[in-house]
Amino acid sequence: MSFVEYGDTIKDGDTAIVFLGHESMFPVKVQHGSVTQTKYGVIRHSTDLIGKKYGSKVTCSKGGWVFILHPTPELWTMNLPHRTQILYSTDISIITMMLELKPGSIVCESGTGSGSLSHALIRTVAPTGHLYTVEFHQQRAEKAREEFREHRVEHLVTVTNQDVCKNGFGVSNIADAVFLDIPSPWEAIGHAKSALKAEGGRICSFSPCIEQVQRTCLAMEESGFTEINTLEILLRVYNVRTVSLQIPDLGKAAEDNSSPGFDSSSPSHQGSSCANLQQGTVQFKSGVPLREVVGHTGYLTFATKS
Amino acid sequence: AMEGGPSARIREGDCAVLKRDEVFKAVSVLRRRKIIFEKQWFYLDNAIGHIYGTTFEVTSGGNLQPKQEVEETTTETKEAGTDNRNIVDDGKSQKLTHDDIKALKDKGIKGQEIVQQLIENSTTFRDKTEFAQDKYIKKKKKKYEAVITIVKPSTRILSTMYYAREPGKINHLRYDTLAQMLTLGNIHAGNKMIVMETCAGLVLGAVMERMGGYGSIIQMYPGGGPVRAATSCFGFPKPFFDNLHEFPLSKVQSLLSGTFSTETLPADPEESALVEEESNGLSEEKQSSLQETEEEPATEAPMDISTTEEQDTMDISAEDVEFKENKEKENKENVREKQIKQWERRKKLKEAAALLREKNADGLIVASKFHPTPLLLSLLEFVAPSRPFVVYCQYKEPLLECYTKLRERGGVINMKLSETWLRNYQVLPDRSHPKLTMSGGGGYLLSGVTVVLEKGKSDSTNSEALKMEEPLSKRCKLQDLPC
Repeated sequence: MSFVEYGDTIKDGDTAIVFLGHESMFPVKVQHGSVTQTKYGVIRHSTDLIGKKYGSKVTCSKGGWVFILHPTPELWTMNLPHRTQILYSTDISIITMMLELKPGSIVCESGTGSGSLSHALIRTVAPTGHLYTVEFHQQRAEKAREEFREHRVEHLVTVTNQDVCKNGFGVSNIADAVFLDIPSPWEAIGHAKSALKAEGGRICSFSPCIEQVQRTCLAMEESGFTEINTLEILLRVYNVRTVSLQIPDLGKAAEDNSSPGFDSSSPSHQGSSCANLQQGTVQFKSGVPLREVVGHTGYLTFATKS
Repeated sequence: AMEGGPSARIREGDCAVLKRDEVFKAVSVLRRRKIIFEKQWFYLDNAIGHIYGTTFEVTSGGNLQPKQEVEETTTETKEAGTDNRNIVDDGKSQKLTHDDIKALKDKGIKGQEIVQQLIENSTTFRDKTEFAQDKYIKKKKKKYEAVITIVKPSTRILSTMYYAREPGKINHLRYDTLAQMLTLGNIHAGNKMIVMETCAGLVLGAVMERMGGYGSIIQMYPGGGPVRAATSCFGFPKPFFDNLHEFPLSKVQSLLSGTFSTETLPADPEESALVEEESNGLSEEKQSSLQETEEEPATEAPMDISTTEEQDTMDISAEDVEFKENKEKENKENVREKQIKQWERRKKLKEAAALLREKNADGLIVASKFHPTPLLLSLLEFVAPSRPFVVYCQYKEPLLECYTKLRERGGVINMKLSETWLRNYQVLPDRSHPKLTMSGGGGYLLSGVTVVLEKGKSDSTNSEALKMEEPLSKRCKLQDLPC
């Protein structure tokens, strides 16, 4: 396996995802002789994992079982060790499309942070593209390098430990796209412009606050960027539930037995839902929004250098 | 297998996209061909040889001329009011009449100068606030300054264009939803993907762009052949099509049950299209009813999704003449050609069938007008374990059912029903706010991951399914939010 190439079986040194149940999973580094503890008991790597097919059900020592999944940037995003606040897949999706990334693209990114976006970028530009990522925090930069090695994508990425606002991306006239997730992106717009190819390219900046966006947009305009466009994307997740609603007793049954007080042409009588009049309830399937959802991650500002 | 970078120059025969403000139109670059875009007509001849991203002005005679960056000729005296207490709408603030403006236009006066004249002849302009003046100029510029940018097609541009111009053709799949599909499906170079779409080939094109010519795609199609009108707008290089396969949906059941044969091919899409052309669109035998009502045949000129009638008739009559001249010759060669074609189609079909039979695809993408449940229940058989699948539907309810049926089937985990909201912003000094209108709906997605399906153990799977349907807790760690 690698994060840019599917493999069928689990091998020594792989990073695999242990899936325990809905939204409950964690990454594991597969190593001969190693063991992993779960709430269902122990997983012995040599016998339980290595050589098995990805997607297999693995029985743990206490009789419970888990699924072992092939790593993807999306699963990694849900499970990675946080060193910073990270970007999630909803924002990553629109960033990737709006920056027009594809195999062969050269991308500059700062900061590297926890590498959530970096893994997704690398996946998209492989096998012929490259990511130049800049992180001013030395430990974070080193940790990112280590992860890229472990995930077998180090040939697709260069991590530079410097301040992007002062020193830029360390490359010039090479990038098809630039992404900024730093507190003062307006200070890096000039460096972004010179990192982009002379013929042009795309830029994106992520900021939580509107004041940051305003300064960034001004800086982009002053640097001659066009097509400046700010947007926000929000994810709505729905739980699939079967809901029953009680039918109110309006005393109709006593009045008239032939009319049950429920319109037979109503959609709840068709398809998947059904009325159980004896028990006085109607059942239907619904997509129920979560009680609490993320209302804001950040504004995404895109622009073109041409 | 790499495409030229953004620096590529506009060449004759290219697929390009015209852009004016937020409006896009895909065209093929041809000499002496009249293009009508945003109520303007022009020829693309002069654009050939320029770099993609160049902005042109339309001059008299419909010629394009690269726009020179001129410094804004702002009125030197920056006079402006502070509020509108004394501005009265008497309908007489503009001293130029409609006829005056038309006369200016007919004289071939540049849009920029017309805007300047409108400002000078507006009695209220100086009393307007600075922001109102700005807005006034922007509005007039939009109307009178005819500038067009020619850009290279991409998923970003084509999906935005389709959603704005032809949402019905792509089942109202909004571009941010498409973006989610590509990410949730882990689309990347080297994949072996199964794609089932009735979105004019837009989803297929998006998948092809992300795979960059590496790996293979099997497109499942309903009716006589896959629709790829939008796919051809991308202008992919030829090698991208080497590993693009297609397989008819109507043969899926026989492939799964082992009775598949290539003896009865579905109706040749090209043949049926030809028949339709010959009889002026009256033939109904070969086209499936679905295709007649909604889809364009795959062979239709793909570029101008809003060609004017004028152009259509021109093209057809030109083809007609050629058609008659060559008819005799063609008839003789036709039979042999048909045989060769059919043999080739059989061979391609066999190849696609063999790829599916391996049952090791790296993912499944569905975005169609059909009910998703039967598609998923069958097509997931061809996908390897531990691979993502994503289903799009314009409506939420069919996905609720699909979710339940997949739970019963087993072999899938981490299922998620979701939707994205997209909000655009105006960002200007002291005038930042969300845009007034936002899209009401861009469709819903059901995504998940396949796992090894243990047959005959559906009971235990079911109990697990119920366990997993428990409400999600702690999905979003709110303390993670930025401040």
